[in-house]
Amino acid sequence: MLTQDLSSAKATAAAEPSLLFPYVLQLADTSLILAHRLSEWCGHGPILEQDLALANIALDLLGEARSYYQYAAELEGQGRTEDDLAYLRSAVEYRNPLLVEQPNGDFAHTIVRQFLFDNFHYHLLKTLKNGPDTHLAAIAEKSVKEAAYHLKWSSEWMIRLGDGTDESRQRLDKAIATLWRFAGELTTPTAAETTLQEIGVLPDYATLLAEMQAHTENVFAQATVPLPAPAFAQLGGKTGRHSEHLGYLLSELQYMQRTYPGLTW
Amino acid sequence: MVVPIAPTPTEARIWQLLEEVSDPEVPVLSILDLGIVRGVLVEGKQIIVTITPTYSGCPAMNVIATDIRLRLLAEGYAKLIINNQLSPAWTTDWMSPAGREKLEAYGIAPPVDGTATGHMLNLFGKDTAVRCPVCKSEHTHLVSQFGSTACKAHYQCDDCLEPFDYFKCHN
Repeated sequence: MLTQDLSSAKATAAAEPSLLFPYVLQLADTSLILAHRLSEWCGHGPILEQDLALANIALDLLGEARSYYQYAAELEGQGRTEDDLAYLRSAVEYRNPLLVEQPNGDFAHTIVRQFLFDNFHYHLLKTLKNGPDTHLAAIAEKSVKEAAYHLKWSSEWMIRLGDGTDESRQRLDKAIATLWRFAGELTTPTAAETTLQEIGVLPDYATLLAEMQAHTENVFAQATVPLPAPAFAQLGGKTGRHSEHLGYLLSELQYMQRTYPGLTW
Repeated sequence: MVVPIAPTPTEARIWQLLEEVSDPEVPVLSILDLGIVRGVLVEGKQIIVTITPTYSGCPAMNVIATDIRLRLLAEGYAKLIINNQLSPAWTTDWMSPAGREKLEAYGIAPPVDGTATGHMLNLFGKDTAVRCPVCKSEHTHLVSQFGSTACKAHYQCDDCLEPFDYFKCHN
């Protein structure tokens, strides 16, 4: 397994490893779980090109997740590897926001979930790449280029579906109504995130929200879809309180390692 | 396997050998053409090769690392460390001119510089003008930003109708 070398990159952690570890793990879990959801589309996409797009985005997120898990393992310093962190933790130990574990539903449902995530992800990475933690900055510098493609793709699909046929519009409206409540968790800091914001490792989410909001308004206007009213934010995933969906997802994701412990390719 | 007894490696020799390692997904390109080898360091018998991934999830990286190891081992160079470096992030600016020519001859349109997708608010923006690698027509259109691998987009020529891969500009 090819792993990153921390010494040659002259990484400097911007905070105590024990403060950074849970946050880096949260980033890792978030990218991994969404990558897994998107990979479920493989072979089932509406047309070949979009099947490939979904698989490509899944692969980018999986690569990003590996970088975070490797860094998290290093920060923890307990001898656990990236594989241990991904395959041998239970649902209550996972720290991804609820949004990314929601089932794929139809294509519109997947697009809305992706748009809400991409809009946050892209703007977050843009600030992290200039952040004080050089290892996180290196991962962000790499991943923001990919996240830019993802956001463009999901934004354009929001517009196509919203300004498309009666059926595509109806499906988009339904997906927005279902998923909007999960958007708020992305920018609601946990206690760990608040601490990192106070010492300047993470950006203030209010600044991030302003950029996200501007892009959302632009996309919804072009999609001819009225912006939903600010909704109650369903929280929980980032502190380990998940929906029922995560357990089923992990049972598939972790099946091989749980059944054949220590298995390697 | 009989491993020849190697002389102390020189950096120039290692670069020569790396030129012979190809990208498993685009076999006409060497990993030097692709610009993913960021450094070679020789200290006595110890060799350190630093590579950088093209895309985060590029599945070719593990294969490339193995291929480098095997190529050097065949010359008897066994003390090898391969580092994976993320920053500075890979860009198509590092692709060699020779590599670009080889790509086009192979049927993949090389990256058009200065066209990276940096402007996310430019939705449904004009497609990058890409030359068809078969008939050289400039009348082509983007089918999908996501092609057969992470680093490529899918285009089609409007004149000869050939569908082709375009190696995305990435910087």
